[in-house]
Amino acid sequence: MDEPGVVAAFWVLTVTTVGAALMVALVRNLLHAVLFLVLSFVGVAGLYITLSADFVAMAQVLIYAGAVAVLVLFAIMLTPRAARDNADGDLWAAALVLAGLVATTISLIATRTNWAVSDRGAFATTAADIGEALLDPFVLPFEIASVVLVAAMIGAIAIVREE
Amino acid sequence: MTVELEHYLVVGAILFGIGLYLALAKRNAIGVLMGIELMLNAVNLTLVAFSRFIVSPRPIDGQVFVIFIITVAAAEAAVALALVVAIYRHRQTVDVSRMNLLRW
Repeated sequence: MDEPGVVAAFWVLTVTTVGAALMVALVRNLLHAVLFLVLSFVGVAGLYITLSADFVAMAQVLIYAGAVAVLVLFAIMLTPRAARDNADGDLWAAALVLAGLVATTISLIATRTNWAVSDRGAFATTAADIGEALLDPFVLPFEIASVVLVAAMIGAIAIVREE
Repeated sequence: MTVELEHYLVVGAILFGIGLYLALAKRNAIGVLMGIELMLNAVNLTLVAFSRFIVSPRPIDGQVFVIFIITVAAAEAAVALALVVAIYRHRQTVDVSRMNLLRW
């Protein structure tokens, strides 16, 4: 991918996504952290579009930036007397070292492996191909996913129901 | 200047690292959950990048995997946040360092 527009979009979206994710860790107020999390999700959706994955990008905006963010905001609103600050625990230094090691290791492996990169270019169709894949090789996981969603919905209602 | 597979993989690794730090270091249970969602996003980005670039007989399968991961992540978020609200009802806290009933 060497079109200047795609390259520029990649770098802008990368800086937005990683910067917003860093702000989630740094900002003091939990509500502001959720807003930066939404920005990070939207940035990842933009990166999906640069990879010509339009259907996944749409699902990302709809489910992550929409539903999951609203769910997190509801959870914050439903715990009014809990601390609203986004403070780190006692083990933050160890967590920082571990997270840095994991990210460095994965980056080094990713850049030094000789990947079998194909030259087929961007996907011509995505939503139609995903639909066919869901109904031919992935029927069973597709049906199980619906059961998982129903179980999670009933479970969430049962857990928070007042006696 | 081109954008290759490795660029996306490194972005995914950095996002995963930030999510891992949030999940391990934050005191607030909702902050821990936000870290887990960021880690899932990083893995999804890696999968979509592989499905775009790597030689494969059915390259679209990477995106189908991402759809399934998004489904499971939504279910996980709903149940986990319900658990946080339930714990708050009983103990008036969402501080993970004070959720220690099972410790001995």
